[in-house]
Amino acid sequence: MTTTDVGGRAAPPAAGPAAGPLRRRRGRSGAAAPGGGGLMPYLFLAPYLVLFGLFILAPSVYVIWISLHDWDFLLPGKPFVGLQNYLDLFTPGTITSGPFWSSMLATGKFVLFSVPLLIAIPLAVAILLNQKFPGRDFFRAAYFAPYVLGVAVIGILWRFLLDPNIGLVNHYLDKIGIHDIPWTTETPWVWPALVGPTVWWTLGFNCVIYLAGLQDIPRELYEAAKVDGATAWQQFRNVTLPGLRPVLVLITTLTILASANVFGQPYLITQGRPGIETRSAIMYIGQEGLRDFRMGNAAAASFILTLALMLISVITFFAFRERKEG
Amino acid sequence: MGKDHSTNQGPLSRRTFLGLGAGAAASMLLAACGGGSNTPPGAGGGGGSGGQFGEGKDYTGPNVSLAFWNGFTGGDGPFMRKLVDQFNSEHQNIKVSMNTLQWGDFYPKVPTAVQSGNGPDIAIMHIDQLATNAARRVIIPVDEVATVLEYEEADFAPAVWQAGVYKEQRYGIPLDIHPLLQYHNQKDLQQAPTDRASFEAALKEMQGKGVQDPFWVTSTWPAHLMWWGLIHQFGGAPYNEDASQAQFNSDAGVQALTWQVSNIQQGYSPKNVANDAQAIAFRQGKNALTWDGIWMMNEWAKVKSLDWGASPMPQIGSQQAVWASSHNFVVTSQAQKDPNKLQAAKAFISYISDHSIDWAKSGQIPARASVRESPEFKALEVQSIAAQELDFVKFPPAVPGIGDVTTPTFELAVNEAVLGKKSPKAALDEATSKANQLLAANKKKYGG
Repeated sequence: MTTTDVGGRAAPPAAGPAAGPLRRRRGRSGAAAPGGGGLMPYLFLAPYLVLFGLFILAPSVYVIWISLHDWDFLLPGKPFVGLQNYLDLFTPGTITSGPFWSSMLATGKFVLFSVPLLIAIPLAVAILLNQKFPGRDFFRAAYFAPYVLGVAVIGILWRFLLDPNIGLVNHYLDKIGIHDIPWTTETPWVWPALVGPTVWWTLGFNCVIYLAGLQDIPRELYEAAKVDGATAWQQFRNVTLPGLRPVLVLITTLTILASANVFGQPYLITQGRPGIETRSAIMYIGQEGLRDFRMGNAAAASFILTLALMLISVITFFAFRERKEG
Repeated sequence: MGKDHSTNQGPLSRRTFLGLGAGAAASMLLAACGGGSNTPPGAGGGGGSGGQFGEGKDYTGPNVSLAFWNGFTGGDGPFMRKLVDQFNSEHQNIKVSMNTLQWGDFYPKVPTAVQSGNGPDIAIMHIDQLATNAARRVIIPVDEVATVLEYEEADFAPAVWQAGVYKEQRYGIPLDIHPLLQYHNQKDLQQAPTDRASFEAALKEMQGKGVQDPFWVTSTWPAHLMWWGLIHQFGGAPYNEDASQAQFNSDAGVQALTWQVSNIQQGYSPKNVANDAQAIAFRQGKNALTWDGIWMMNEWAKVKSLDWGASPMPQIGSQQAVWASSHNFVVTSQAQKDPNKLQAAKAFISYISDHSIDWAKSGQIPARASVRESPEFKALEVQSIAAQELDFVKFPPAVPGIGDVTTPTFELAVNEAVLGKKSPKAALDEATSKANQLLAANKKKYGG
């Protein structure tokens, strides 16, 4: 859930309008012959491609190479094991398959619980914040504020607020007659303990994107709807939602990816407990590769996670596209 | 403090994080280009005088700087920093710069940093990490340092001294020993329990006096270290002689864990004690009796309202035993590139070791018997009580990769049993078979 990640993914749409002036300028100068500009687009793309190749593409290929070995970067012997790491991950009873699939399941649960909330709640908040009322700017800032905190800050904050025995949350619940909820140590309580702080923390970001989307919907449409006698709900259903469709695709995709990459919250709030039930896939991969130095297996696991996320992204994309056609 | 998985475990600073990333990237490139060329371990080392570490205790060469890394993030950090400052002011030609990071980040980071040349020249490592890092060529043999400084086994606790040896070469110079201790709140309990009967009587008595939860059994750190001591107390051992087989689910192991869980079932401990909650409750006076590391003594001392006492671990099983670990000086393969650094490192080790009485004040027992027998040490009350445990301390075994086995196996089993997710036997059965798979994989990886 890093800002750079989200920023990077959000960038491409901006490239569209930027291409316009460029084309116009070239046409006006007339110096560049129509056929002589063949290299031009690539030159302009080069800075990005170099960085992309160096930091995304090359490491990705290298990961596949590592995943085919029993790899410890400090040991002289890195025996080639072919697809053994993958086979182990898919064979029940091996050292790696149980913990890995348990971490995939934990990640899946987190995505399932957090994504719907992170799509719906920020939408409701954005619609509220899009009204005109005194102090609107203050509330906009207030809802966005937690997002500027690092995961370490919110993680430690909530780990202690939610402590089953010494936490502030249970202290006040106790006063209204609810006793000893094991937020950070017991299923199913650990899930609200992870999802709740995440929603509180990141809803501001989705909210800002929604706000931008809401302001792009032409006012005339609402006026026309009003003239036709549409109720507030009908306006929302027939004007707001269709107007937000591109934004919804973006938010859904980003939120699924961000939630699937969850690491800091279970690492700090539950430490993957109870047992390893809340240890996320990224947490497993990190511990396996960087703490226990089984990098071959960690690479294989991260490759499987990547494939799974690509598949989910494609499904999301098509799900929204089909609805548009129909 | 030596508290590996402590309150403030998580926050990686941005700089630390970037450094880690850069180091990893650099080492990947290096590995990719150089085909994994590693410096041979201990080239020219391994005994003999006049070798790479030079003659005598002191360093007389040109100005040199040493990067010194450790994980003393708690109350122990300032003690070490003071010693380092003192060393720097007394040695004009050596500049030691100390870098402290959480142990949890320290062990993954050091190998990468050393490989890229941006890591420590000298560092502190726990006894159970020496073999792993020796096998992975992160650290180099220091037999010569021991010879030159005239350190002998007789001056050190034998278990600690021998644990520093991997494949007939010494990789660590022991600095201290840190066992678990029993702490009690004097307000609730005058006499610390010494055996099972007096322990259970004390809990009953305190409950009678209105202490609702006198002994908080935590589900995380250091619960598995308590179990480590208890399995020995019940006459067992977690591993066989050469640590090639796990025997967590032996009768002794199951009895030990069952006893831990029984404190919750009998209502002496609240359920679901999360990490550090038992220590915070002890500070607040809610938890009257607790087992924790000796390094916690200075944490308790900070709490003005707390009147606490320390005592050796009570004997719950058929014999005495307690978990302990040890901090060791190590020299990294990075320092090996510069002979001046090696000689300066030796001078630094010698200095801190000679001043280990000052280090003991941070809540440690000096590894050297000659220091422990000094009047200055005997004046340190809590440390002297802890030193009574030295006859029965049980260290983790010194085989490569053993640190990786702990967390996913018996640490997990203790967590699951304390949280009531599994019975002690079922949790330990599973941990044992998993540990045996991991031990076999390690044997293959590190070549037995």
